[in-house]
Amino acid sequence: MGKTLYEKILDRHLVSEERDQPSLVYIDLHLVHEVTSPQAFEGLRIQNRQVRRPDLTLATMDHSIPTRNRSLPVQDEIARKQVETLVDNCTDFGIKLYDLKSANQGIVHVIAPELGITQPGQTIVCGDSHTSTHGAFGALAFGIGTSEVEHVLATQTLKQYKSKTLAINIKGDLPRGTTAKDLILAIIGQYGHDFATGYVIEYRGDVIRNLSMEERMTVCNMSIEMGARAGLIAPDETTFDYLKGRGYAPSGSDWEAALTEWKTLHSDENAQFDLEIEFDAEKVTPQVTWGTNPGQVAGISATVPTPEELPQAQKRSAEKALQYMGLAPGTPITEIQIDKVFIGSCTNSRIEDLRKAAAIAKGRKVAERVEALVVPGSQLVKKQAEAEGLDQIFLQAGFEWREAGCSMCLGMNDDLVGPEERCASTSNRNFEGRQGKKARTHLVSPEMAAAAAIAGHFVDVRQWPAKEQEGVMV
Amino acid sequence: MQSFKKVTGVAAPLDAANIDTDAIIPKQFLKRIERTGFGQFLFYDWRYEDGKEKPDFVLNMEPFRNAPILLARKNFGCGSSREHAPWALSEFGIRVILAPSFADIFHNNCFKNGILPIVLPEDVIQFLFDQAEAQPGLKLTVDLESQTVKGHDGFEAVFEIAPYRKQLLLEGLDEIGATLRAEEKITAFEGSHKVFYPALATANSVDSNS
Ligand code: SF4
Repeated sequence: MGKTLYEKILDRHLVSEERDQPSLVYIDLHLVHEVTSPQAFEGLRIQNRQVRRPDLTLATMDHSIPTRNRSLPVQDEIARKQVETLVDNCTDFGIKLYDLKSANQGIVHVIAPELGITQPGQTIVCGDSHTSTHGAFGALAFGIGTSEVEHVLATQTLKQYKSKTLAINIKGDLPRGTTAKDLILAIIGQYGHDFATGYVIEYRGDVIRNLSMEERMTVCNMSIEMGARAGLIAPDETTFDYLKGRGYAPSGSDWEAALTEWKTLHSDENAQFDLEIEFDAEKVTPQVTWGTNPGQVAGISATVPTPEELPQAQKRSAEKALQYMGLAPGTPITEIQIDKVFIGSCTNSRIEDLRKAAAIAKGRKVAERVEALVVPGSQLVKKQAEAEGLDQIFLQAGFEWREAGCSMCLGMNDDLVGPEERCASTSNRNFEGRQGKKARTHLVSPEMAAAAAIAGHFVDVRQWPAKEQEGVMV
Repeated sequence: MQSFKKVTGVAAPLDAANIDTDAIIPKQFLKRIERTGFGQFLFYDWRYEDGKEKPDFVLNMEPFRNAPILLARKNFGCGSSREHAPWALSEFGIRVILAPSFADIFHNNCFKNGILPIVLPEDVIQFLFDQAEAQPGLKLTVDLESQTVKGHDGFEAVFEIAPYRKQLLLEGLDEIGATLRAEEKITAFEGSHKVFYPALATANSVDSNS
């Protein structure tokens, strides 16, 4: 019988297998950030252990750092301590660190792909659940806890039980005006927030093949929001074109050798998945979450659901969510007024995301009472956006333009949504308190976020062509 | 690591599905660089209002304030991978969590911290919720060796656990030490395994052109 992509990657990284035990799996790339690593390094010190492969370990700062003025020291004392601890740990253990002053600093899941370090067929881990992002390259990438971070630092391996495999076959074409974000939100909405627990997902079908690498990253990023261990997309010409010429990508004869190997990375025709589902992309519309998990989502032309009309199992959490969100059942989504807009996060802060949001913002103005923030995913994205003049478009429209980091995705710095304030956010989680105490988060695509910033409430971006298309020059 | 054999105590019913790790330990407490000190912040936004305890939150009520067992709904521990969540639970005194399902990373993190996450069928969990509501002081006994949860009126449920994880908890095993004892296997693997990017620690030349 043939093998799935997941099984192929796993097989190539098996260090040892024993009966009744999880396998020992080799890790090709370990990404480290300031929040989930200090206790792991401390553990190494206590046991007098070394980092086995600093050459396969990369660190950056993204979660708790400020996004305003980089020339000033970090103001928050505990955050500063955390950042300084990472510097010390990387120095002591010989780990490459892109710190706040580095031109390569950024959200860990944005920088590894853009530098060409994320490559097909690798095993990649990070003390962060959105490590699933890197699966867009056909790499087996997943989030781990701090104890496992320590295990990987010390041994470059992890004990792993085999996951079940789930193929999501996506049929049709994405309708005009809808995005990869809408696609993945619609899938989570249909199947539920914990549907894929215990599975590694492989996204397949023409829609996926036609997505750019950045769009594929948006899809794989949110695999964890279905509970999946990882999300995978088989590498193809789009992947190879993206990687070619990037700083850390192989070149010359190494490129040829890599390509030969990468081209074997697909599920065999006769491979068996534990579960296969079909999803029809044709019916996808711009999505807006109304609740407190990413599966509580509706199309832009829908209304906030009435809990009594939902299946029994969803009723209670819907009631609780609507209470937290301050929403009345039956309210049209387009009538939900917003206070804040956040364009950023490892889901949607790459250059294509910023271009799409800028196309909507161009020549328009952010609504009076809305505070809108654009936070590029990395310093390289920021530089590129500035070279293209996107920063000026945003600034003229009344958006703030910040330094790279996680920012308002989780509000560990001072980029917060206030109590009972409502935020249209391009991030990936709308949990209670995620963006601030009592903050109300609505997950959307970058286009939808930009349009909401301007209108002051959600609007159907399909009826909002970019200004150029309307023939209005700015 | 703390070992786990048997626990007897009340089970605090936390009646909400999809409880995420952001709720278990809110992000403002993740800036600590120590493994300890998180227990006081467990479920912070649910436990406190303006710095004062909310009387209607289950863990603020007797007899649940010192409950070693948490009774939860499906998909417990979803979201962020933060191990600060089991650290906070453990420091608060929680040793067992009973739920119909757990999120993957959280579930895994529990075993590293001496917490036993037990999956029981939805109707069994419902029965325990009903019982906890009717008679709040009732105790359960969780025995890892025999893989059983026992309660009142002859209640008994058997749970599954992977043999390796059972051993991990029973012995409080140092996993890293165990892996390092098999180090020659790792070295042998590295001998024939290739990655296609230059060594990171010394890759300064790459940075200047990127
Ligand atoms: S942007 Fe948000 S989801 Fe992504 S790594 Fe940062 S905090 Fe996590």
